[in-house]
Amino acid sequence: MKRLNPLRQRLAALGLLAIPLLTFPMLGLPTGDWDGIPASFLYLFGVWAGIIVLAAGAAERRGD
Amino acid sequence: MLSAGLILLLSAAYMGLLFAVARFGDARADAGRSIISANVYALSLAVYCTSWTFYGSVGRATSGGLSFLTIYIGPTLMLLFGGVIVKMIRISKTQRITSIADFIASRYGKSQLLAGLVTVIAVIGVVPYIALQLKAVAASLDVLLQTSGRDLLPEPMLDSTLVIAALLALFTILFGTRHLDATERHEGMVAAIAFESVVKLVAFLAVGLFVTYGMFGGLSDLFQRAAAAPELARLLQLDSSRAGTWTALILVSALAIVFLPRQFQIIVVENVDESHLRRAVWLFPLYLVLINVFVLPLALGGLLHFPGQGVNPDTFVLTLPLARGAEALALLVFIGGLSAATSMVIVETIALSTMVCNDLVMPWLLRTRWRRVSERDDLSGILIGIRRVAIVVILLLGYIYFRAAGEAYALVGIGLISFAAVAQFAPAVFGGMYWKQGRRPGAVAGLLGGFVVWFYTLLLPSFARSGWIDKGFVEEGLWGVEALRAQALFGLSGLDEISHCLWWSLLVNIGLYVLVSLHSRPDALEAGQAESFVDVFRHGGRTRHARLWRGSASLDDLVGLLERFLGPLRARQRLGAFAAAQGVREWQALPANADFVRFAEAELSGAIGSASARVMVASVAREEPLGVGEVLDILDEATQVRAYSRELERKSRELEAATAELRAANASLRELDRMKDDFISTVTHELRTPLTSIRAFSEMLHQDPEIDLADRTRFLGIIVSEAERLTRLINQILDMAKLESGRAEWTTGCVDVGEVARETMESLGQIFRDKGVRLASEIPARGPVVLADRDRLTQVMINLLSNAVKFVPGETGRVMVRAGDDGREARVEVEDNGPGLTAEELPFVFEKFRQGGNTMTDKPQGTGLGLPISRQIIEYFGGNLWVESQPGAGAKFIFTVPLPAPQQ
Amino acid sequence: MTQRILIVDDEPNIVISLEFLMKKEGFAVAVANDGDEALAQVASFNPDLLLLDVMMPKKSGFEVCEALRADPERAGLKIVMLTAKGRDTEMAKGLAIGADAYVTKPFSTKELVDKVREMLAV
Repeated sequence: MKRLNPLRQRLAALGLLAIPLLTFPMLGLPTGDWDGIPASFLYLFGVWAGIIVLAAGAAERRGD
Repeated sequence: MLSAGLILLLSAAYMGLLFAVARFGDARADAGRSIISANVYALSLAVYCTSWTFYGSVGRATSGGLSFLTIYIGPTLMLLFGGVIVKMIRISKTQRITSIADFIASRYGKSQLLAGLVTVIAVIGVVPYIALQLKAVAASLDVLLQTSGRDLLPEPMLDSTLVIAALLALFTILFGTRHLDATERHEGMVAAIAFESVVKLVAFLAVGLFVTYGMFGGLSDLFQRAAAAPELARLLQLDSSRAGTWTALILVSALAIVFLPRQFQIIVVENVDESHLRRAVWLFPLYLVLINVFVLPLALGGLLHFPGQGVNPDTFVLTLPLARGAEALALLVFIGGLSAATSMVIVETIALSTMVCNDLVMPWLLRTRWRRVSERDDLSGILIGIRRVAIVVILLLGYIYFRAAGEAYALVGIGLISFAAVAQFAPAVFGGMYWKQGRRPGAVAGLLGGFVVWFYTLLLPSFARSGWIDKGFVEEGLWGVEALRAQALFGLSGLDEISHCLWWSLLVNIGLYVLVSLHSRPDALEAGQAESFVDVFRHGGRTRHARLWRGSASLDDLVGLLERFLGPLRARQRLGAFAAAQGVREWQALPANADFVRFAEAELSGAIGSASARVMVASVAREEPLGVGEVLDILDEATQVRAYSRELERKSRELEAATAELRAANASLRELDRMKDDFISTVTHELRTPLTSIRAFSEMLHQDPEIDLADRTRFLGIIVSEAERLTRLINQILDMAKLESGRAEWTTGCVDVGEVARETMESLGQIFRDKGVRLASEIPARGPVVLADRDRLTQVMINLLSNAVKFVPGETGRVMVRAGDDGREARVEVEDNGPGLTAEELPFVFEKFRQGGNTMTDKPQGTGLGLPISRQIIEYFGGNLWVESQPGAGAKFIFTVPLPAPQQ
Repeated sequence: MTQRILIVDDEPNIVISLEFLMKKEGFAVAVANDGDEALAQVASFNPDLLLLDVMMPKKSGFEVCEALRADPERAGLKIVMLTAKGRDTEMAKGLAIGADAYVTKPFSTKELVDKVREMLAV
């Protein structure tokens, strides 16, 4: 528990942040498209990937 | 055109490769050089992506747009709350848990009932999922061979899907039931799963790239073309009217990533190092992102390429490359899909068969005839046999479901039915991990309730939809009761079937769990388990639990059990390892103590599940049941010790403070003692002084009759007056004592202060006149009236006036008495123009036996007690008595008594 | 030669009784009412024996005794302490300070007279 605790909190915070970002109504916001690619597509994958990158940064930095 | 032979060959080759990887992994594990790294662990989680991902997502995307992504967002989120998973892993390691059924059963007191129930729910719930895999493989084969599926084999009677099922069963048996001990990690299997996850990803990315950039001009081109077609354009946007479904799917998939038996197996049971989770937290979601990027493009590509042709969108990943003649790619994709399906089936069926064997069959067998240990010898073979049979049965069930309901659903729909089933484990598991009050009856009630609702609102309707049973209960409700419509219970309509089922089943599940738990009492074992689970990070380690067992057992009996269930060879191996760990050379020399019993139980749990293991061990060992209190006490010891040491520190600090207080108290007590001694000696002195005169004169008169009359008269007068003095003194001392101890008697009534003053002045008037002192007064005609003891008040007045007359000089002395009130209290002043008091003397006049001024003038009249008594009296009435004086300017004695509160 | 006795006490009635008693026995008697007066009287009257009360305002009997004992010229002066306080500690204190005798009140007149005579060895 000690080993993971600050990391766990960060990740959990990331998770809590992700929930509203990846659900409606936030999800209904992006409209239109960029170079033909729908905004919702970009938004979803972008946010999703972004969260993963943040999680990776947090998890890998905790060198143990 | 691909030939069946080629396909079969390739498939067999791939399976062989998987097998080889598994063997390699096992060999390395046995040699102690495990190949399970954080990356391998993270990739093994991708067993979550089955042919559902491979085929079904594309199919889903063609109707629901991006909604297929929910199934992958859920797991991402669940992993972010990795603390939960860590706790699950820690608990499982500590309790030697081998399956989800074991987990739940163990938490709620190693209950066989719960174990069986969870197993049944798991099997029934997952059968659709297995059917899904069969359907996918069958469909993909159909596409490749461009046949209708029945011509695969020469005999038209045999359904190719059945053959596939049989082959899968065989492969699973080969893969997973070579030896019995389920506590040992199947490192080979994990390695193989990780390998095939990579294959899956590569295959899918390959076809995705091919379609997006090979068949179309890239992502932008693809999307723009889709946007141009109206029926496709809507797929590009997220449908916010389906927000509820979106969230429900995220929730249900987040639960599935841990509660699907194969997922639990891979994530929890197969975990070798908790820190691997850190890698998995992001690597697995990254995998999910990558494998899903091209799903929508693929779907759109398929729809664009095959407009209105009725091609099954689930198979776009195959049909699209085939349409372009990319047969090699199609083969690769097929292998990928096959890989996805087989890995799911293998892991899932192994997990399920373990549960069936340990938690369903074994308990029943134990109850019937295997209780008596003098029965068979080597049961390990029987156990393996049971598992193999279970595997076959499960696959058979999967096939049956495929036939009964699989045709009517798209793949994803079937999968979600399973997700909703395993979601029912959530309350029992999460409650078990975080709520000590969660109880077995509650878990049973919750699980049953949730399962029944799921069954009615999701599983049965799936049969109805394929026409195998009547649709009445779906459309009109059970027995025609509209509120019981299977997919619109109690009028909750407008939700898709998954959300609807989820809502009601979880409501019933959680509700029953909480309510029934609150009304149940645990037995010792369950309470102990609750502690171990919820506080797993606090109690740490398995050594704790050894002490939860109390009883006696014989080594031979326990060893016999081990041999019987693990097989003699394996049992000896484990015993040897245990002995070595205990520092004992020969395992035969091990003491049959609580530690050993615990070891035996743990080993048996791996073979037959913790609930059954418990029963078996209990049957050979004579256990003394521990009370709930004792169990909790034992578990609490560590916490108690810590609490005690904190207590100790606190107490020693308190002790220091108390010592200091005591010293101070001692000092003040000594002071008081000294003062008391002083008082007593003073009183003694005061009493003895008049006695001295009395005795002396009495003796002198007695001894000498010749004393002349004048002297005799004088002496007798002195005797009398001293006797009076003595009496006065004694009376006043007693009065003082009574007042101070609160034992005086008071008659309280309405007293007119002014009147008392006037009366006193009159009765003492003669003394004033004798001395020539002028006595004046300023007293109102009436009042003030106070509640007081009249006699006592008079006593005070007498005291003050007689003091005044004593100390003023004769002839020129003046004494003024004033009485009045200021609305709150009555005030009386006695002022004289005597010598007054110095600042030092001021406080002393009210001390006992002190007398103001020159004491010679007051003796022998004064006792020194008048003023103290007066003060006591006035203070009893709630007032104050004090003096204001300047040397040479007389003294003013003032007392106040509060006026009574106005009557209401 | 008539022996002189100085009576020191703040209680007037006790003074009267002691005065009468000693005069009856034929001693020359002087009186003092407090410590300062006592010292003055000692200087002027030059008594042979002191009947000294302990509890007195201003200077206590102890202080008088101490002062007198500190004076080598008064070495022959007999001091009899009188007090209503009867505690052993008081008595010991008095004797330690240098009183020759310690009598508690109320006293027996006969005993007091005897003691005085004894100390003056008449």
